[in-house]
Amino acid sequence: MPTLKKLREAGDFGAINRRIPYSSFVSLESGEDDKGLLTILRPRESNMGNTLIRAVHGGVVGALIEHAGVMQVMKDTAPEHLPKIINLTVEYLRPCLVDEEAFARGIMVKLGRRIANVRVEVWQSDPERPVAVGHAHFLVE
Amino acid sequence: MPQGDVPEKLKPLLDVLVTLPHFRELGVTAERVERGFAIVRSDYDERTIGNPETGVIHGGVVTTVMDSVCGLVAFTVLEEPKPIATLDLRIDYLKPATPGKALRGQAEVYKETRNVTFVRGVAYHDDPDDPIANCTATFMIGSVGFKVGGEGGA
Repeated sequence: MPTLKKLREAGDFGAINRRIPYSSFVSLESGEDDKGLLTILRPRESNMGNTLIRAVHGGVVGALIEHAGVMQVMKDTAPEHLPKIINLTVEYLRPCLVDEEAFARGIMVKLGRRIANVRVEVWQSDPERPVAVGHAHFLVE
Repeated sequence: MPQGDVPEKLKPLLDVLVTLPHFRELGVTAERVERGFAIVRSDYDERTIGNPETGVIHGGVVTTVMDSVCGLVAFTVLEEPKPIATLDLRIDYLKPATPGKALRGQAEVYKETRNVTFVRGVAYHDDPDDPIANCTATFMIGSVGFKVGGEGGA
């Protein structure tokens, strides 16, 4: 089985994602489009944290943000192992509906020698109306 | 579920909790619930591993446990049933969780105002003084936010 480092060198973020059990637990996918890395949370009944409005659990929205951040750091630093998260702030702007895909994209705000600061935006049908934004620090080794 | 220790008024909260699909999927259960204070627990589950090289659970599990217990404790201080919405949640990851051990989240309300409830908490295995993560969260009370379709911001 290829190491994470080999998968990273091959730029196979989908394969890195599939290596992580939690990704299939909540249905997270990683890929690239013309704007860069894109992380997708697929509709999944068991992700629901609010049955009244059929919203995704806030913790899973946080996980989507963390995952998009991890993948962005992997892309920008090509580390040997998965980067360690230091802290994460999630701001919830609108309900994240469980019956629709949620998309997340990370922006590397600052990449230092030891610390990466990443901002992540999450949206559903309309990219102009984000459902959540987050920022996180990662330890870069 | 510690039904015996839970004030009568708060029992309906726990009845709702067990119906939520992601709580069930993650096996989140309440260990202690009182006004302004709660502890929940989630057992180790290999399906939630975030680092396949170490077996450490994904940070998303910590986030989910903390969002759950912070939201739960925000509900315990309401005088009458109202919807609440998480405004934000911040987590500091202090050390990795130990593979194989149950994760607990403990939270307390440290300030109540008419519109916003302020909550802080920790994630840990056995000792809240040896935390895996520290967390603060704020909740909007009586939010019109969770309305689907149309302008719904909290």
